[in-house]
Amino acid sequence: MASPLEQFQIEPIVPITVGHIDLSFTNSSLWMAISAAAVYALVMAGTRHHALVPGRLQTLVEIAYEFVAEMVRENTGKEGMRFFPAIFTLFMFILTGNFLGIIPGAFTFTSHIIVTFFMAICVFLGVTAVGFWMHGVRFLLFFVPPGAPKLMLPIMVPIEILSYFFRPVSHSIRLFVNMMAGHTMLKVFAGFIVAMGVFGVLPLSVNVALTGFEFIVALLQAYVFTVLTCLYLHDGIHMH
Amino acid sequence: MDLESARMIGAGLAAIGVIGAGVGIGSIFSSLISTVGRNPSVQPRVFPFAMIGFALVEAVALYALLISFLVLFL
Repeated sequence: MASPLEQFQIEPIVPITVGHIDLSFTNSSLWMAISAAAVYALVMAGTRHHALVPGRLQTLVEIAYEFVAEMVRENTGKEGMRFFPAIFTLFMFILTGNFLGIIPGAFTFTSHIIVTFFMAICVFLGVTAVGFWMHGVRFLLFFVPPGAPKLMLPIMVPIEILSYFFRPVSHSIRLFVNMMAGHTMLKVFAGFIVAMGVFGVLPLSVNVALTGFEFIVALLQAYVFTVLTCLYLHDGIHMH
Repeated sequence: MDLESARMIGAGLAAIGVIGAGVGIGSIFSSLISTVGRNPSVQPRVFPFAMIGFALVEAVALYALLISFLVLFL
């Protein structure tokens, strides 16, 4: 009986070794490439006929665009719209990655901490860089919360700094654990279906409900990742 | 006590932390329902906050689950 965690195994498809570094094209890379290609194909096909009254595919692309644009505009203001292409790419990549992982036999590349941690670290470093670029050294005043009594500052500033550095950790773990836990639960219940024989129809119905729930969680986690990116960007652009 | 049993017990204890998710999610959606009940027109403005709040609370519960998995399998 296979372990429910075996689905997260990374297998090299095209082994490539440069010196001592393993740069193989793995199943994770394959599904990242499929995800990126799917987003590209969707947006290109949707915007092919620049119709004023959009057809179905163009409406779909316009809904995605407006959704992310509204999110960025509301959370970072007008100055944040220059970061819209990055945020849109992030959102669509994570969304298609999450959705494609629900297909049986597919690999969810967001269910690996290294992938989500890299994305979260890029967001963290990018937002810190934006903060220092826009405000110079005065960005360090971000750790002094406005309106705090002077006596509390020796306690509050280290806490603020600690919580700022905790951001990429929580940002990445949230997405990673949601994807991993969801898929592990699906596998565990699937194991029960076979083991219970005739009464396996009960874990089967639970699995059907869980798959539906996974779709919602995939969309929600992509949304929350992107919204939190926008909020951190807001902190970088306008301190508080 | 051998390592495997200690792992099982530790994983079981760590999973108690997901109780916080039950309380938190119930609290969020209870306030969402009463808000929409008092003022239905505000629903599209309040709903995104409910979703963000739900995801953040769920994240904390899943930290507990993550620790449980770490104890069990690492």
